[in-house]
Parts: sequence; structure tokens; C-alpha cells
Amino acid sequence: MKEKPVTPELAREHGLSAEEYGTVLGILGRTPSLTELGIFSVMWSEHCSYKSSRIHLKKFPTKGARVLQGPGENAGIVDIGDGLAVVFKMESHNHPSFIEPYQGAATGVGGILRDVFTMGARPIASLNSLRFGRPDHPRTRYLVSGVVSGIAGYGNCIGVPTVGGEVSFDECYDGNILVNAFTLGVVRHERIWLGTAAGVGNPVIYVGSKTGRDGIHGATMASGEFDEKSEEKRPTVQVGAPFTEKLLLEACLELMRTDAIVGIQDMGAAGLTSSSFEMASRGGTGFLMDLDRVPQREEGMTPYELMLSESQERMLIVAKKGREDEVREIFEKWDLDVSVIGEVAGDGIGRVRWHGKTVAEIPIAALTDKAPLYDRPAVRPEGQDALQGLDPAGLPVPSDLGETWVRLLSGSELADKKWVYRQYDHMIRTNTLILPGSDAAVLRVKGTRKGIALSVDCNSRYCYLDPFVGGMIAVCEGARNVACSGAEPIGLSDCLNFGNPEKPEVMWQFRSAIEGMAKACETLGIPVVSGNVSFYNETMGRGIHPTPAVAMVGLLEDASKRRVQWFSTDGDLILLAGADRLGVHLGGSLYLKEVHGKVAGTPPPIDLAHEKRLLEFLREAAEADLVASAHDLAEGGFACALAESCVSGPGSAMGARVINPFPETIRPDFAMFSECQGVVLLSCAPAKRDALLDLARRFRITMRELGVVGGEFVDVEGLARVGAAELRTVWSEGFASTLGLEG
Amino acid sequence: MKTAVLVFPGSNCDHDAYHALKHVVGVEAEFVWHKQATLDGFDAVVIPGGFTYGDYLRSGAMAKLSPVMGAVRRFAEGGGPVIGICNGFQILLEADLLPGAMIVNDSLRFVCDYVHLRACTDRTPFTRGIPDGSVLRIPVAHYQGNYYADESTLSSLEERGQVVFRYCDPEGEVTKESNPNGSARNIAGICNEAGNVLGMMPHPERCAEEAMGSADGRRLFDAMVAWLGEKRG
Amino acid sequence: MKAKIYVTLKRGVLDPQGKAIRASLSHLGIDGVEDVRVGKFMEVTLKEVGVDEARRLLDEACRRLLANTVIEEYRIEIGG
Repeated sequence: MKEKPVTPELAREHGLSAEEYGTVLGILGRTPSLTELGIFSVMWSEHCSYKSSRIHLKKFPTKGARVLQGPGENAGIVDIGDGLAVVFKMESHNHPSFIEPYQGAATGVGGILRDVFTMGARPIASLNSLRFGRPDHPRTRYLVSGVVSGIAGYGNCIGVPTVGGEVSFDECYDGNILVNAFTLGVVRHERIWLGTAAGVGNPVIYVGSKTGRDGIHGATMASGEFDEKSEEKRPTVQVGAPFTEKLLLEACLELMRTDAIVGIQDMGAAGLTSSSFEMASRGGTGFLMDLDRVPQREEGMTPYELMLSESQERMLIVAKKGREDEVREIFEKWDLDVSVIGEVAGDGIGRVRWHGKTVAEIPIAALTDKAPLYDRPAVRPEGQDALQGLDPAGLPVPSDLGETWVRLLSGSELADKKWVYRQYDHMIRTNTLILPGSDAAVLRVKGTRKGIALSVDCNSRYCYLDPFVGGMIAVCEGARNVACSGAEPIGLSDCLNFGNPEKPEVMWQFRSAIEGMAKACETLGIPVVSGNVSFYNETMGRGIHPTPAVAMVGLLEDASKRRVQWFSTDGDLILLAGADRLGVHLGGSLYLKEVHGKVAGTPPPIDLAHEKRLLEFLREAAEADLVASAHDLAEGGFACALAESCVSGPGSAMGARVINPFPETIRPDFAMFSECQGVVLLSCAPAKRDALLDLARRFRITMRELGVVGGEFVDVEGLARVGAAELRTVWSEGFASTLGLEG
Repeated sequence: MKTAVLVFPGSNCDHDAYHALKHVVGVEAEFVWHKQATLDGFDAVVIPGGFTYGDYLRSGAMAKLSPVMGAVRRFAEGGGPVIGICNGFQILLEADLLPGAMIVNDSLRFVCDYVHLRACTDRTPFTRGIPDGSVLRIPVAHYQGNYYADESTLSSLEERGQVVFRYCDPEGEVTKESNPNGSARNIAGICNEAGNVLGMMPHPERCAEEAMGSADGRRLFDAMVAWLGEKRG
Repeated sequence: MKAKIYVTLKRGVLDPQGKAIRASLSHLGIDGVEDVRVGKFMEVTLKEVGVDEARRLLDEACRRLLANTVIEEYRIEIGG
């Protein structure tokens, strides 16, 4: 068979610039074969090589006393004591989900699950961060239904609970939705497996589903914008088979209980190519693979197709020589394809053969070392100053503050997301101690007293207005959420969703966000152990707000000390921790956007030293049983945090009567809805009040007593009063009614 | 006293059932792979939930063909207690060990939530000592939990005391609003004529401890242990 | 030899999917659709057997596995 001749034009069609192609020629010393061109194009795509982002990702702190594995492997690993560790990562599947929401979201979940269990950890929980366009955009309802069904369809079938997440809407996502999927697993230290090809002569074994033509160039699709031709890209969306993945999961975990293998990696983006080359690169070895031995679902597949296919539910294993039969037996028990397709070589070359011929021969170190690395120009947008200008005094005062309050609570951002999470099995495996609906989900670790707290957050408006501060806030909010549940933040994974990095303004946003995140991580002592970058989230030249989603993982040494975000007992006192951080801050606020139709100003100021003390205070307060609930102020400000504490619990709504925490001179709407950082709403039994205040003094946290839980109203003295039951009703029904979904 | 927890390709809730039995209730439990054709030595059988065979063709349709189901049939004919939970219930229906069938939830969406159940008969090993009218708080998690049987089968089930649980409100009233999936007559669980085989869509193994938010599920397993204890006499 | 098998819900069994689809068609402006019932279609490739034998074995396949006769009925088309 004669392959298409490789030319610079063909290289460009593959997404390689003239310069990159020049490097390829330099490495090989000749024109690449078509298969080799395919390999270079996917390995050097943005999605796989991180060429535009690597230089900035280095700024993240990735080490720490608990870090067993930082970025660079399939997932990050953090020690939790007692010989156990958590394995986690977040990944994006944005472009495929826009084109085919069910399968795009489903395969996103499948991919991240594999990234975790390939390290030897049984996945015990998933979360997701979803962004859609305007609620009234014609496509939004269809996308929401499809994505949620897809996540449910895959996650429920494979038996991993989906315990939390965030769903947010904004015009900037009209043409580019975001689907970021996170999974965490637990593993014993001595049972961790890495994706390394080591031991010359060791067999390379393919397991899982047969290979078809799915998703060829999926990696390059993620590395380009949408335009009018995007519909044509439909065939590149993969179809997931969660039952197969369940079998694969059980088979892999069974195999990992033996010592028959050396390394293992899942075949994700760029399938067989990325898994083989990355494993060999980590091991400093090479390999020889015979594509004729790859189990195939279609007839007449070319080597190019076999190397680039993104068929799902496949893994690549390097086993110990002589142990092939053990591997085979396990995978045959679980009815999965298993085939020895090659062996590890010692010369650092990746060799691929097909029909008796060598179709690719690439020096692995060069493929990795000479991968493009860009320091793209970053320029602050000219309009940024104007964007940050905001004169709150000029905003009209709402005539009915109570009505405005109801409007915010029943809107798509703050309304109860039960419509979404009721479709996710969030209880399976009987580990979920705090179900979806609180600031953080908490899971138990059976066999220990420990708990794991999880949350995923990002305020993209803040990042749009000031990406550096927005990045800091993203990390702080995640840390605060897990601290509110009583946990100590021990690591994070991120999904950095941005527009086109070839635009200097986007690059400025990216660099700034990372620098902000890094600063917060350093001060708070939280390492970034894994993550993902998704660029090119733009349509027709219009990009999304910078959206660096942060998935925060926290540890409770004693899960029984966990706290929820809602009030539970009439008579409990309501206090504000961090009261000195209150101020009039409307920049980027939900109130400004929903009621006044503006996104402007600057995000609220943040004091990292204060945040650090606050985290420690919250954890000790929970540990010492001093608080009944903790909920940090976020979107919607003080009034919405108060309302949420009243209505978001599982029983009927609680009431509350509090004083206005702001000076009387402050405009009522500003007092209600200003968004502040580092402020937490607490409730405590009256008997614990003194001890709680003492503890706050020890941590230099300014406390303010506001009032008491109880009554039929949620009442902010002098400002507004709404019936608690009414508030709960509008909050419960708001999501479905705003989106026109069936309740 | 030993309980078999069956494991098929795609079973998910096997670990949860095992944990509830062994670590919460304190009963010996063992996983039994679907290819095993005998259940000798076991005193009770649990068919747990999950997505056996990916729910391909129909939920439980392919699992019913596994060798272990022959052993389950013989075990049931011998009067031993068998409980099928969620997908386990679907498997019992497909295997004709219980009458009727499951169709998709009327909302066309998967539903995972706590519901209330009204106990309707105490003659099964799992409801022994749970009087009629008792209200239990137990979660469901399913996409195809809408129980269907034709009118004459439904009447027969009622007459012969084979309806074991119905969806109800917190006060025990059987209402339309309390039905999460559209099941005929709010039926959440039924038993065979002899009363030893129970199939139910809600998951008692998920609420056997207070930490999980409800310990009502434990009552079914405690009842089973008491029933077996009495049988041995 | 090829055969086509159609498995459909029995009359009298509620079909929530069919109902929802009919509503969606109406929202799309496609009126004039009275009812929709959703079923399954299977294409079976048989080894060389006579038509009678084919019908017999497919009938058994339907009764024992491919259709749940409590709620479904089936139709077999040989050839074509």
C-alpha cells in the first residue's frame, strides 16, 4: 500500500507549523512517513505537549511533605497517612461535549476514571465543573440535558459516585461549553503503579476494547477553534462504553494485586501513540510494536489510523517477561481483548511495524526534548482599565430588596442544583457522608476514621476582570470550601480553560491566572499535583472568560468532625468570621450582572495571610465541636450566604434573624449583595459561643455576632425580610424553571 | 450463618452489600462469582445492584442466563431467603422468580434520592418483625425502576400478600407524589407466593448505619438473621 | 441469511419514551403525529439453515432472551 506523500502542506493540515515541521525533519534526517507525521502532530499538539503552557505551569508549587507524585504522570498522588494515599486529577472534554453533549461528557468521565485507576487506585468519587451559555440561548437546554445525562450514564454504570460539582451559565460560553471532570481514588502506598516502560525485552501488552476509527485527531480538535466547519468534525467524537470500562477497571485492579507488571497507562488522547511514547520516555527506553497484533474492530485499518485512533476503554501494559499468561488469564476472565503487541527496547527508539515493514522509527528523547515550547507574547488588553472602571453610586437602587434577593436565589447560579445531582448516583459505595448540596462533599475512608473533602470552584467573572486576583481567589475559595467542612486542604488539581493562546491578550490572562494561583498555593501551602490545560475555547474569534477551575482535596483526620453549610437548630447563634474583611465590593458580582446587566469593576480584595489563618481556624473549630455549620460568603454576598444557610439543608427551611453587618450608611443593596473574600457565616450552639470566640482570638480572626437561628422568616434587620418557606420553594424550583426543564 | 453476595460482570453494589452484612450487621458473607453453579453451604442469597452486562438488551436480561441463577432457583425452591436489590430485583423478574417486569422511569431520568417506604407484610424473612404500616427511609438509584404487571397479576399480588413495600410519604400515605418512578400501585418491592424471595428497587444496604443518613435498611438484614436463627431453632 | 427482528412494547404498557418523543416532535412544529411507540430493531446474520429452521430458532431466541414477553411482543422477518 502506498501512503500519501508527506509535504509541508500536509504537515500544516496536521497542525504543525513550518518551524515545527522543520524540527521534525531535523530529528529524523529525512521526510517522515505518514504514520510518523501523525505521531508528531498529535504528540506536539497543544493538548498533548502543552507547548503554549508548559513554561507557565512551571510556576505552580508542586512539591510538599505529602506529595508522592506531582504533575507528569497520569494523576497526582498525595499521602493521607496510615499508609494510604489519594490519587486524583481533573480533565477537560470541552470541544467534544459541545458537538455531541452526551458522548462528549460520558467519554470525558471515562477518560479521567482511567487516569486514576491506571495508577492502581480504585476510584471512589467524581466531581465536575460545567459551564454553559445563557440560560435562554436556544442550545443551552439541549446541552445541559445531554451533558448531565452523559455524566450520569457513564458514572452510574461504572459504579463511582458523582458527589459534587458546579454548574454555571454565561454568555461567553454560548459557543464553547466547558465540561471538566474530576475523579479521586484511594490506594495503598505500596500498591501504586506508574506509567513507565522499563526492562528491555519486557512484553508490551494491549488490553481492553478493539481499536476502531473513533476520534482520529481528537487531540488536534481540542487544539483548534470552532468555526463554520465544526459540524463536519462530528465523526471525531468517540462513543463510550461504561460497561467495558467497568470490566477493564476490575481486571486492572485484579492484575495490580499481583506483581506481574512493570508499568501501565491508559490510552487517552492520541491513543496508542501517546501511551507508548510517554511510557518509553519516562523509562528512558524504546519499544518495538507490531500493529498487526492490535485487536481491530474495522477492516483495512492503516498504521496511521491504528496509532492515532482514540477508541475508548483501552490500556497499555508493560509486564515482566514470562508473566504474559497471567495477564492474559485475568483479561480473558473479564471478557476483554488482550494481545502482546511488542516489547521494550533499549536503544531509545520507538519502532512501529505493520505488514512486515517499519512504518515509524522515532528517537523518543528527541520527540520529548525537542517538542515545541513556546513563550507566547502576553499583552494586557487595552480595554482592561475601562473594564475595571465601575461607579457603584451610579447604579439604580432596586425598589424591592426582598424581590431582588429572591431573584438572585432562584436564578441559575444560586438555585438548588438538585435537578442535576439527582441524576447522578451519589451514594454508591456507601462512602458519601456529606451528599451534594453543601460547600464540599465528604467521603469516608473505610478502615480508618478519616474523611476526604472535595469541592470544585471557579468564579470566571473575577478572572475576566483581573486574572491574577481571580486566580488567587479560585484557590482560596476551594480551600475555604473544604475548610468549612472541617478539612485541611492537602492538594489541588486544575483545569485551565482559556481562549486562543496565539492571542497576546489570552496569553496575558493565562499567565496572570497561573501566577495568582501559584501565589495563593505557596502562601496556603497547597501543592498542585495534577491538572489539564484546555486552550482554543473560542468560536468565531470570540473567547470564553478565563476559567481556571480548581478541584480542591481536603483531609479530615476524624470524619465525624465534618460540618455542613446549613443551620440545623433553632436557637443556634449566627456569627460572621472575618468580619473585618467586609466591604463594599461590587466588581464582578452576581448582583451587578443579574440585576444591572454589567460585568465590570475589580474582584474583591484578598488577603492571603488572613485566608491562611481562617483555614486553620475553621478546621480547629470543627475539630473542637464548636460550630454547627460553616458557609463562606461567595456569589450573592452576605444575604445569599445567609439564605443558603437557611434553605439548603435536607429538612424544611430554617429561619434566621440577624442584624445588618454593614454600617447603616451603606446602601442597602450594597450591604446585602457585596461579594467579599475571607468571610464565613457560622452557626453555633449558645453554650459553645465563648470557646468559639476564644479560638477566633487565638487565630486573630475578627468575629461579629449577628443573630439567631429560628422563626419563619429570613430577616436582615433594617434591610429585608422574606418567608423562609417561600425562599426555599423559589430556590428549589429556580434551576428547572430558569432553564425551562421539566422539574 | 453465611450469606452469598452474587457478583456478575457489571455488579456495583456487591461491595456495599458485603460491607453492610459483614461489618455492620456482623454476619459471615462471601462473594460468589456468577459462573459458580452451586450455593451449597449458604443460608441466604443477596443479588446486589449495579449494571450487570451494562443493562444491555434489558436490565437483568443477560444475567439471568448465568450458571449461578440455576443454583438460586434451587435455593429458592428449597425455601431459602433470597433478596434481589435494584438490578438484583430486575434479574429475579427476568428469571421468572418473581412476576412482572421493569420499564423506564416515567421521568425518563435516573433518580438517586431518599424515599419513604411503607412495609406491607411481615411474612418475608427480611420483613419479619417489621409490622404493616411501618415507614422506612431508604434511598433509590435507578433509571428503570417503574414496576409493571398486568391488572390480573397486580390483583393477585395484592390478594396473596405479595406486595412487600410501597412508596409513601413520610407519614406512610401512599401518594402519587411519593412515587419516584411511576411504578404500578406505588410498588417498590414484592415477594413470591411462598414469601422467601424478595425483590425491591430501593437499597437497604446503603442505609444500614447512621453515618449514611438512615439506618432503616439494617432492619431488613437484622430480620433475616433473626428469621434464620429461628429456623435453625 | 439475514433476519430482522422487531421488539415492541405490548399495547397497554405505558411508553414514557414514546410520549416524550411525540411531545418533542410537536415542539419542533411537526404536527399530525398522533402516537409514537419506541421499540428495538435487531439484525441477525444466520448460518445457512432452511427458512423453517431459521424461524424456529429465532422464535426461541425471542421467547428466551431477545424479548421480555411480559411487556414486549416480537415480529420476525426472514431474508431481505
